[in-house]
Amino acid sequence: MSKYIFKRLLLSIITIWAVITITFVLMNTVPGNPFANENRRIPENIYENLIRKYGLDKPKSEQYITYLKNIARFDFGESMRSDAETVNEMINRGFPVSAALGFEALLISLIFGPILGTIAALYQNKTPDYISMIISIIGVSVPGFLMGTFLIQFIATKFDWVPIGGWGEFRHTILPSITLAMMPLAQISRLMRSGMLEILNQDYLKTAGSKGLTKSVIIMKHAVRNAILPIISILGTTISNLLAGSFVVEKIFGIPGIGMFFVNSVFNRDYTLIMGVTVFYAIVLITMMFLVDIAYTLIDPRIRLIKGGH
Amino acid sequence: MGKLLDVKDLAISFQTCFGEIEAIRGISFHINKGETVAIVGESGCGKSVMSGSLVQLLQMPPAYYKSGKILFQGEDIVQKSEKEMRDIRGNKISMIFQDPVTSLNPTMKIGKQIIEGIVKHQDLNKDEARKKTIEMLELVSIPQPEKRVVQYPHELSIGMCQRIMIAIAMVSNPELLIADEPTTALDVTVQAQILDIMKGIQNKLGTSIILITHDLGIVADMSDRVIIMYAGKFVEEGNVMEIFNNPMHPYTGKLLGSVPRLNMSRSESLHSIEGSPPDLYKPPAGCPFFDRCDKAMYICEHNMPKRNYHSDTHYSCCWLNCPMAKDTAEGNEI
Repeated sequence: MSKYIFKRLLLSIITIWAVITITFVLMNTVPGNPFANENRRIPENIYENLIRKYGLDKPKSEQYITYLKNIARFDFGESMRSDAETVNEMINRGFPVSAALGFEALLISLIFGPILGTIAALYQNKTPDYISMIISIIGVSVPGFLMGTFLIQFIATKFDWVPIGGWGEFRHTILPSITLAMMPLAQISRLMRSGMLEILNQDYLKTAGSKGLTKSVIIMKHAVRNAILPIISILGTTISNLLAGSFVVEKIFGIPGIGMFFVNSVFNRDYTLIMGVTVFYAIVLITMMFLVDIAYTLIDPRIRLIKGGH
Repeated sequence: MGKLLDVKDLAISFQTCFGEIEAIRGISFHINKGETVAIVGESGCGKSVMSGSLVQLLQMPPAYYKSGKILFQGEDIVQKSEKEMRDIRGNKISMIFQDPVTSLNPTMKIGKQIIEGIVKHQDLNKDEARKKTIEMLELVSIPQPEKRVVQYPHELSIGMCQRIMIAIAMVSNPELLIADEPTTALDVTVQAQILDIMKGIQNKLGTSIILITHDLGIVADMSDRVIIMYAGKFVEEGNVMEIFNNPMHPYTGKLLGSVPRLNMSRSESLHSIEGSPPDLYKPPAGCPFFDRCDKAMYICEHNMPKRNYHSDTHYSCCWLNCPMAKDTAEGNEI
């Protein structure tokens, strides 16, 4: 097990290095730099000072090495566009907000997704199945900005208690987390439904029935745990997507999360911020994938890790 | 010996979008206490539907009881509610299935899968239930039972899994064990072990066994009586000696003829029965074996033969064995 974890860790570091390198190359192939603004020209000497301050006059290879060194110390440097803050500070400020929202959305989708999927499977081709299918089609196909706007229009403006935007209290999180949860909820319920339909035909459910167990015990103890396996495999990506924040949802509801930085940094060609946010996202994703693999082995003993590999 | 199970004129159909499938078409038989009855037939003849129906373990709908009674200890299973059935399943009537590997939950420990049934039917606390589990594992001759209870099905061999299935079935010391092709998925050597275990348990606990199979070798080894099933009907029944030494129905004869023998010469090809069983969407009016039988007569196509008794225990449903058939041998028309 420890050998497996070590291997995994090594692989993660290599992956993160690859992410850094690719981002660095892509970033530098885009023409211009953070201070080249066509609309608002800055005087030549100030421009040169800025370039020198952030080390952009040095050769690319040297810049690359410097980046790597800093990132190894988890120092993402200063933001090139907002001088007051370092990238670390910005992530520290934005991530907890995004993560809190994402966690709430995750809870919603993890609770209601499997329930919807199970009900759909148990009542295959009957009304409950169709209702849950409609919900998941809406979840997959209606984009976040539309869903968010709809919720604001039809819920926030009708009920005083649910604000249309902002951040601070629990009630602020209700609409954005629902918006955010729709997509994973839909995916999870679809997977749960198909997993469940497959499991319901398995022989061991017949065995469970022949023991005289009640239907609800059979479903809860024997079917759900086996049907949930495919969901766990998509959970790594889902969780990191949710935690890393959504630009659209954060924009609509005016939430000061990390998703905003992600997009703005690219538009501004804010090199340090792009790098910082990307690496941060990669770390979150890889960590989640790792945790999911561990969770997988806990739930399905057949893929339990054997000493020295899997 | 009293009758433990008495099935009277049972018929089961499946309602599908293409119409009714008559899977079981009026069968009657009984099981005495402590005896083993083998039900033999080829794939699709309704063996598994029948076994499932005995404990209401069919998907209903599409399946439904069309007519008949299943009297278990004098009470009709067909009339029982789901709740009453839960007290019978796993308690008075247990089942084991064909493929032990898929019949065990892959993500649940062996011990837990056995304890489940114990806790359901017996008033035992946790420690007692665990002790009982170990006892059951010893009963089916599983070595190191303490170690096995915390293992998962994939860590055991297929024969071991089938023993676990037997242990699960026997936890409440049931009156009747329905073994639905219990050895079909196993190696020959493992088959023998499993059959020995079943026989041992039967001797010890006096359980009645319904053995569903298409392996005539097992039948000869295990059972007291044999029922031959074809296309949802029983065509012949008798004790083992009668069926093997004196098969009266042409189908039984052909089944016995198609068993490969070790002393067959190389040039001799294996016998098989030509054709395939009838479509149960539109079951034939007469004998279902009519179109595959080389002794078929005009009457066979249109009229269902009745039971003809050859002894108290031996009957066959074939026009050839009808008392009046002697006349045809002399050239008279029926």
